Amino acid sequence: MNLADALPETAIRTLARAEDWQAAVRLAGDRLVASGVTSDAYTGEMLAAIDEHGPYIVIAPGFALAHSRPSPAVLRTGISWVSLAEPVPFGHAVNDPVRLVVGLAATDHDGHIEIMSALAGVLADESALEALLAADSPALVRELLARHAPA
Amino acid sequence: MKIVAVCGMGIGTSVLLKMNAEKALRAMGVDGDVEAADIGVARGMARTADVVLTSDDLATEIGDVPATVIVIDNFTDVQEITDKLTAQIG
Repeated sequence: MNLADALPETAIRTLARAEDWQAAVRLAGDRLVASGVTSDAYTGEMLAAIDEHGPYIVIAPGFALAHSRPSPAVLRTGISWVSLAEPVPFGHAVNDPVRLVVGLAATDHDGHIEIMSALAGVLADESALEALLAADSPALVRELLARHAPA
Repeated sequence: MKIVAVCGMGIGTSVLLKMNAEKALRAMGVDGDVEAADIGVARGMARTADVVLTSDDLATEIGDVPATVIVIDNFTDVQEITDKLTAQIG
């Protein structure tokens, strides 16, 4: 699958401003809610996961994968995409600061493997990622993703 | 070779790590089985695994296990995973 298929424009925010990591995660949560993937409660669950386990969700330089576990607040499996105008520190030892937050919600442990595979392909492609981070509209993010050939 | 990829929730980062660890094993020509796990079940699974892959933050939560614990900084970097696995298991 292509990541654009999993990201309607309502699930995307570009060059957003967040004053701290909590605000950045909330933006990703807001997009999950706006696109009908989760209810509001899931945003709090994502923040609680970071409080509990630390900023391990910053899994690559500049990239945070905000998520919690399957719960009643997850209406369907899906993702959101928030690029930040100014990088935000999450407190990670090596991968700070964060420029892109992808929110992830899943109804079970296996149903989102294709999405994750597509995401891994995009994240591994540095030039594609740079263009995506510079994109100034949800429509452009979707267009760039749609053009991105699977690795 | 049995590898467990560990994250806090078992749906996000460990799944990415599992996919890239499988790519690393293929590149190394090593036959192996990679499973994704959340931190809650990881300690139990680590008892029967050879290698645990996880992040710096979670490695301290896993604590002492018989398996070799390898900390990965960039979960999307197949080369880093390949290098660190190669260094540990030759």
